[in-house]
Amino acid sequence: MDKTIIEKLVKAVGRQGVLSTPEDLAVYSYDGTFSEGLPGVVVLPSTTDQVSAVVKIAAEACIPIVPRGMGSGLAAGSVPLPGGSIVLCLTRMNRILEIDTENAVVRLKAGVVTADLQAAVEQVGLFYPPDPSSIRHSTIGGNVACNAGGPRCLKYGVTGDYVMGLTVVLADGTILRTGQKTIKDVTGYDLNALFTGSEGTLGIVTEVLLRLVAKPSHAQTALAEFTSLDDASKTVNAILTAGIVPATLELLDQTALICVEEAMHLGLKTDIEAALLIETDGADLQAVQREIQEAGRISTENGARAVTVAQTEAERSSLWKARRSVSAALGRKAPNKLGEDITVPRSAIPSVVQKLREISAKYGLPIVIFGHAGDGNLHPNILFDRRDPDQWRRVEQMVAEEFEVSLAAGGTLSGEHGVGVLKQPYLEKALGPISIRLQRQIKQALDPQNIMNRGKIFPA
Amino acid sequence: MTELNSLIVPEESSYLNCIRCGLCLAVCPTYREHLTEAASPRGRVALARKGLEGKLDLTPNLIEQMYSCMACMACSDLCPVGIKPADLAVDMRYVQEQRKPSVWKKALFGWLIPKPGRMEGATLPLRLYQGLGIRKLVYALRLTSIFPRQIRDLEAMLPKQPTRTLRQTLPVVTPARGKENYRVGFFLGCAQNLMFAEESAAAVRVMARNGCTVITPRQTVCCGMPAKGYGRHDLVLAQAKENIALFEKSDLTVIVTDCATCGSTLKEYGDLLKNDPAWAERAHAFSQKVKDVSEFLAQIPLEKPLGRIDARVTYHDPCHLRRGQHVFQQPRNLLKQIDGLDFVELPEADWCCGSAGSQLITHYETSTKILERKMDNLQRTGAEIIASGCPGCQMQLKAGIQKRGWKIQVVHPIALLDQAYEAKNGQNDH
Repeated sequence: MDKTIIEKLVKAVGRQGVLSTPEDLAVYSYDGTFSEGLPGVVVLPSTTDQVSAVVKIAAEACIPIVPRGMGSGLAAGSVPLPGGSIVLCLTRMNRILEIDTENAVVRLKAGVVTADLQAAVEQVGLFYPPDPSSIRHSTIGGNVACNAGGPRCLKYGVTGDYVMGLTVVLADGTILRTGQKTIKDVTGYDLNALFTGSEGTLGIVTEVLLRLVAKPSHAQTALAEFTSLDDASKTVNAILTAGIVPATLELLDQTALICVEEAMHLGLKTDIEAALLIETDGADLQAVQREIQEAGRISTENGARAVTVAQTEAERSSLWKARRSVSAALGRKAPNKLGEDITVPRSAIPSVVQKLREISAKYGLPIVIFGHAGDGNLHPNILFDRRDPDQWRRVEQMVAEEFEVSLAAGGTLSGEHGVGVLKQPYLEKALGPISIRLQRQIKQALDPQNIMNRGKIFPA
Repeated sequence: MTELNSLIVPEESSYLNCIRCGLCLAVCPTYREHLTEAASPRGRVALARKGLEGKLDLTPNLIEQMYSCMACMACSDLCPVGIKPADLAVDMRYVQEQRKPSVWKKALFGWLIPKPGRMEGATLPLRLYQGLGIRKLVYALRLTSIFPRQIRDLEAMLPKQPTRTLRQTLPVVTPARGKENYRVGFFLGCAQNLMFAEESAAAVRVMARNGCTVITPRQTVCCGMPAKGYGRHDLVLAQAKENIALFEKSDLTVIVTDCATCGSTLKEYGDLLKNDPAWAERAHAFSQKVKDVSEFLAQIPLEKPLGRIDARVTYHDPCHLRRGQHVFQQPRNLLKQIDGLDFVELPEADWCCGSAGSQLITHYETSTKILERKMDNLQRTGAEIIASGCPGCQMQLKAGIQKRGWKIQVVHPIALLDQAYEAKNGQNDH
């Protein structure tokens, strides 16, 4: 990176906030995927004004900016592209500014870790439901930028359903504030929705105002074991059509169970083809218990070999620890994994699961299937070794077929990870030319120089 | 980087499958203070890999990232893939020492530290500093205020020095009180011998009271952890063999240490020497016998302590005990046996205190920030005593407490048990 630019950045955020050694650049070259790309310089601002100053410097010199939180993304959205960009890392903007219990809202900086936010609001009896598996190692800014989901979204909705207001630094460095502490707002376009999920391509979210709900006082968690994966996927719909809305309804296949058990030693059964992790929650203990028993009964009717309800908080948290570790635990089986997050109408889950297994058989590489089956969001993970060019070629074909399966079933490419770089080749097919043209026009209007996370979502 | 081919380097499996999920960032004390990727386990694994694969030079800055790790093992414990970033960081220090050995490390870890006699000589000025009353004078004259901040903190860490080290006063054989049920070899660690002699004496008393004949060989050498921490893995082997041979001389049921760090290192000897045909079996047998004092006491029938300790007590998990040896319930249970003792759990009890051996000297800023987090948590407990079975943690906690002007006592859990045993007629010693 040009020395004069670095000097300007140092002036804007201080020497402590500008990193440019080869070692620092190397560790900001990746996210939660296998993709890599060296940045030109890394900047860690502490305030919205500093972010604005950095964007102005970048805009003046037409240098791309790649916003980043803790780098847990699964679509290479925060991996720099070649050519020298500024990585803008927001982890140091990590203060919770206000918890307003009367209006049940929280205002915080983008770099707050989502689990820290949840712990803080739960202390005053409030609840922030979205729970991506990365809650402990992702930031709220990144969650908003990717419209993160998670298991609980089945009942409670995704990150975007909680965004009431944003502070956004636009591509010319001006600071936009959207929304306020009101539940309803139809004054003008819904800019909150526009920026949520925009993956940093339209502006940089530096501050967030979130809606909260009352903390459910009771939860019951059950694990249903199935000797047939098909039975498990059919059970998902059977439960949901019976009028029960569990907080979560998660599917784990055999490989996922084996990997987690090897990693965590939680006593999970590994001789079954699949398990469903079911949780019900609410304010009324009896209703919560009735629902979990009902879900258990339906599971048994549909072929579950056994259904176990967690009896203690420790048992419950160990089940969740298992679920949250699945993605990473797959690393035990192969040096690389490529996890997608296709989402289909839930009626299509049994047939999609079947087709994913066929793809795996056809190409001879394992596809591990787990995910938020209740909302149709599946995480097929292909396990492979990227150093083997033949394997990589097969992986590319498998991914293409996975997306075809999803689209053919009336589904979408991504439920919660975003497009980033990895899903770009399939974007046009998913959205169609008219939608693509309109979205490009929006991007052009907000970022005419194309410096905000250039080359993400849409190819550069 | 052909030069790496001739060295002992970490195996490919120690980094290859890191999928960069980032789970480890959540539990890393240095990441949570700096909030930069280079200070995270994932960052260190990436740097080590790139360094070993020749994609980055092993620059002083890269090696520094390996030294900035507290080796608390929170990441290694958590990683679902089974990567051990803390071990990798320490092993990278060895790579560097093979490339560019530091002369002072050979002298310090190869000559001075392994020999208790030499260490006792070297630390004599410290004992005189206290024994002759100079420390009191320094405090009375408020001379510490003219020390630089870091020296002041280090001075505060210094426990009350025994005038004579324990090795000089403890008999080789301490007979069991009453019937002998166990023959215990006591591994007297360097820090315990030099700085916490009273505590180790207490540990021996407690064991003797509970049917143990305690044998404390005088010729133990350093367990090897300091050398390993500074990248001299090669020196550890000689120290391990010396200790193994020494304890083989007595017929022992168990080998006990009251130092978390020594314990975790001694338990690793078996693994360390597994490829040395002459030593593999002996080292394995030795390591199998090693137990932390709280681990051992928790599994034998104990006489009920009659004395009371009417105080609110909390407990800090030493990394080398909680993660190094998976011992965490035992010391808590022992404390709860004491009448009057109000045990209160410390929030984030197993979060590193920032001591990590000598990080307060080498990485003062980070070590201090991590300590502040510990102190904030300690404040929440309202405890009057904090127990922890590790000399490094104890010194660090003491420095933090003194800095805040608190009166909280820092003790080894077994010292409290001893106090409850020794208190006459159940009277309160506090």
